[in-house]
Amino acid sequence: MTTRRDFIKGVSGGLLLYFHLPVRHADAQDAFTRPAALAANPALESWLKIRPDGIVEIATGKCELGQGIQTALAQIAAEELDVGFERIRILTVDTAHSPNESFTSGSLSVEMSGAAVRTVTAEARGILTELAAGRLGVDAGLLSVQDGAFLSNGVATRLDYWSLVEDISLTGEVSGRFPTKDPARYDLVGQPAQRLDIPPKIFGDTAYIHDMRLDGMLHARVVRPADRESKLNLPERLDDIAAMPGIVKIVRDGSFLAVVARREDQAVRAAQALAALCTWSDPGLLPDRASIGDWLRKAEADVKVVAERSDPDAGTATRNYQSHYNRPFQAHASISPSLAIAWRRGDSLTVWSHAQGMFPLRGAIAALVGLDENDIRCIHAQGAGCYGHNGADDAAADAALIAMHIEGVPVRLQWSRADEFLGEPFGSAMTTEIQAGLDRNGRIVHWRYDVWSGTHSSRPRGSGAAGNLLAARQIAKPLPVPPVSNIPQPSGGSDRNAVPLYSFPNQTITKHLVKNMPLRVSSLRALGAYANVFSIESFMDEIAQDLHADPIEFRIRHLSDARAIAVLEKLHSQMATAALIQNQPTAGVGIGFAKYKNLGAYCAVAMRLTVDPESSEIRLDRAIAVVDAGMIVNPNGIANQIEGGIIQSASWTLKEQVLFGERGVESRDWASYPILGFSEVPDIDVVLLQPPGAPAAGVGEAAQGPTAAAIANAVARATGKRIRDLPLTRSRLLAG
Amino acid sequence: MTVRFTLNNADVQLDVPGDTPLLYALRNDLGLNGPKFGCGLAQCGACTILVDGKAVQSCVLPLSGVDGRRVTTLEGLGTADKPHPLQRAVIELQAMQCGYCVSGIVMSAAALLADNPRPSDKEIRDALDRNLCRCGSHVRILRAVREAAAQATSGDPK
Repeated sequence: MTTRRDFIKGVSGGLLLYFHLPVRHADAQDAFTRPAALAANPALESWLKIRPDGIVEIATGKCELGQGIQTALAQIAAEELDVGFERIRILTVDTAHSPNESFTSGSLSVEMSGAAVRTVTAEARGILTELAAGRLGVDAGLLSVQDGAFLSNGVATRLDYWSLVEDISLTGEVSGRFPTKDPARYDLVGQPAQRLDIPPKIFGDTAYIHDMRLDGMLHARVVRPADRESKLNLPERLDDIAAMPGIVKIVRDGSFLAVVARREDQAVRAAQALAALCTWSDPGLLPDRASIGDWLRKAEADVKVVAERSDPDAGTATRNYQSHYNRPFQAHASISPSLAIAWRRGDSLTVWSHAQGMFPLRGAIAALVGLDENDIRCIHAQGAGCYGHNGADDAAADAALIAMHIEGVPVRLQWSRADEFLGEPFGSAMTTEIQAGLDRNGRIVHWRYDVWSGTHSSRPRGSGAAGNLLAARQIAKPLPVPPVSNIPQPSGGSDRNAVPLYSFPNQTITKHLVKNMPLRVSSLRALGAYANVFSIESFMDEIAQDLHADPIEFRIRHLSDARAIAVLEKLHSQMATAALIQNQPTAGVGIGFAKYKNLGAYCAVAMRLTVDPESSEIRLDRAIAVVDAGMIVNPNGIANQIEGGIIQSASWTLKEQVLFGERGVESRDWASYPILGFSEVPDIDVVLLQPPGAPAAGVGEAAQGPTAAAIANAVARATGKRIRDLPLTRSRLLAG
Repeated sequence: MTVRFTLNNADVQLDVPGDTPLLYALRNDLGLNGPKFGCGLAQCGACTILVDGKAVQSCVLPLSGVDGRRVTTLEGLGTADKPHPLQRAVIELQAMQCGYCVSGIVMSAAALLADNPRPSDKEIRDALDRNLCRCGSHVRILRAVREAAAQATSGDPK
C-alpha cells in the first residue's frame, strides 16, 4: 500500500509541501466513510490520472452498456475538478488496470461508481490545491480553479493542474479529508450533457467490439442444440467439413462444438454444414408452456416468508379480494447476438467481451479453460444493449475455449441470432397470488402475497460459479453447477418489489424459489420487480375500480412515503394538463407506480391506449412518467433511460414470450419472438422531480414494472376486461 | 469472381466469391463499421445500406447483386465535419442508447427523406418498421427524423 509518506517522496521540488502535510486526525479519519467501491479499491491512482497534456483519465469498474454511464461519470469528475468536460477520458474496463467493481448491474453505477469518482476527484483537487497554495504562499482557501488553472482571489496565477502533476504523483490511499463540492454550487452535474459515445457511433468510427479487427484474426461459429441439456452425437470423421474452403479447425469438447475459419462467411457455411450432421440426445420433455404457472406452483421450491407485519388493532376485513397473475419466460433479445474475441499466446489469454463484469468473467473463464486467473486479461468493449445477463459471458467463454485450440492468433466468435435465443438465460417465468381484505373505510388491512419463480441470478460470478456458463455444462468434463441463489431483501431477486411500499397493517409476503427450471434463467432488467409490480399494481387497480375510487387517490390512501405521494400527485397534475384523465369507450388510461427495489428511484407511469372494438388490437397512444431519482447528474440521460424502459416494458407486456415445446426453445428469430416496432410506440413525456438533498438513485430499471401495470390497467378501463396473464395479446383479449 | 461497384462514391473491386453476403464483404473485406450484423435473416435492419438510393438489407444480399451499382453506407452519408442532417439530428437529440440499430435506421430514414422530403409521422414510422430497436429509443429517433426533414427542407441547417 502506498502511504502518505510515499506520496511526499513522489514530489520533486516540493519544498513548501512541509507546510501542508496532511494532518491525520484519528477521529477525522474514522469519520470518513468510503464509498463502497472505493473501500474495495482505495488507491487514488487506480481511479484517476491527471496528465500533463491537459487530459484527465478516469478509470471505472463500470461498463458502458449504452446507458450513458461514461458521460455521467465524466460530468461528476469535471464538476469536482473544475475542468472542462471535454478534458475527461473514461477508460474502458480492463482487468489489467481498472478498479474491480464487479458487475455493471442493478441500476447502481451512478450511485456506486459515481460516489467513488466524486471522492477521488475531490481528493485530487484538494491535494493539488494545497500544493499550489504552498507554491504561491497563499492560503488554500483563497484559491479557486477554472478549467484546471488556479486563480488566487479570482486573479490568474501561473499554476495549473497540468504543470503541477509533473512534480507530484497522485498516488496512495484516498484519505477523504477533502470535502466534495456542495451540490448547490454544481454547474455541470444536473445539466443535460451530450453523450460521449454518440459521435463515433453515428459516423461509423470504431465504436463496438464488432469493429475490432486484429491482425490475422480468424472467425468462429458454434453449433448448439435447442435444449441446453442435450448431448451431441456427431461422426468422428468430419473430412467433408474440414475440406470446406478456409476451415482452420473444428473444435469439439464433449457436446461443445465450434468451427474456425479464415473468413466469416466460411465459418457460417461450415457451421450450417456441421449442424446438419449433428443429432442431439433427448434430455426429457419440457413442461407445457401454456400452464407454466401451474407447473411453478407444483415444482420443488425453497419457501421463505420475506416480510411480515401484523397489527391486531387494524380492524376487520369486511370485503375480500383475490387474484393471480402470470409472466412467461422473456428474452433479453439484444439487437446484436453476442460476440467475443479471444487470443491465446502460450499460457496467457486475452479476451474482449461486451459482458457486464470483466473481473467475474476472468475468474469464470480461468476455471473453464484451466488457466491461472492472473494469466487472463478481460477487456470490455461495447456491444449492443444487454438489459441484464444475456449471452455475452457465454460467448466470451466459448471464444476462450476455442482459443485454447488456436495458438497465437486472435479468434472472433460471433453468435448467430438463433445461438442467442437458444443460449441466453431468460427472465424467469413467474406466477403470483394476492389476497387482500378491506375494512369498512375502503382501506386494505390484510395483505397476503406469494410469488413462485426461478432464480434471477445465475451469473458466472468468478471461478466458483463457472458452472453457470453455458459451455461449462457441455464440455467433456462439465463443471459443477452452483446452487440456486436469490438476492436477499431488501433488494430481492425473484421477490424484488414483492414487498409493497404501501402501508398495510397486516401483511405476509412469501417467495417460492423454484430450484430446477425447465429453461435457463438469470437476470433480465428489473428481475422479479417487473412481474411483482405488474401484479401488485394491477391488483390495486382492480380494487380501486371495484370501489369506484380514483386509482391515484386509492394508492395515496395507503402511502406514508412523502416522495412517493409527491410523485403520484405530480402524475395526477400532469395527466390533467395533458387531458389524460377521461376514459372513453375503446380508450383507457391506466397508471402504475413503484419505488424500484423499495430503495431506488420512484417512478409513476400513466398510459393512454385504444383498443379496436373489432380486432381487439391494442394501440399505445401516450405515456407520461414522473420520476424522482434523487440528485440528477444528467437529466437527458435519465429521460432516455425512462423512455427506453417504457418502450421495452411495453414490448414485453404486449408481445413477448419465449416459445418452447416439449423438446426445447422454439423462439429462434424475430419472427418467433416479435418485439414492438416504430409504428407501435407511444409518445412519451418524462417529468423529473429532484427533492433537495436526496442522493442519486439509478433509473435503468425503474419503469419496467409500472409500465406493465399501467398498460394492463388501461386495457381494463378501455374494455372492462382484466387480463392477468402476460403478454396482453389480442387472443387473450378476445378470450377474456 | 471479381465484383466492381461504387462504394461511398469511390470505385471498388473485390475478388471474393460472389455469393458472399454483402454485409461480410463490406465489414470484413472493405473495413466498414456502419452496416451491422443483427440477424442475418433480413428481419432487424441493422445491416441496412443504400443500393442505388434504395434501403436494402445487406445481410441477405449476395455481393454479386451489387455488381455495377452504387452502394452507400453510414460512412458515405456524412462525416463529423460534414454530417448528414440525420446524423446531426441524432447527436443533437441524443437519439440512441446503445446505438447498434441506429446506423441501419438512419439509412432507412435517409432513403425515405431522399424520396419524400416532407414525410408525415405515419410515413416515417412505416419506413422504419423494418428496423428494430431494443433499447426503446424510438421516440427520440422519430423526433430526429422529423428534425432532419425540417432542417433539410428549410435549407437552413443550424
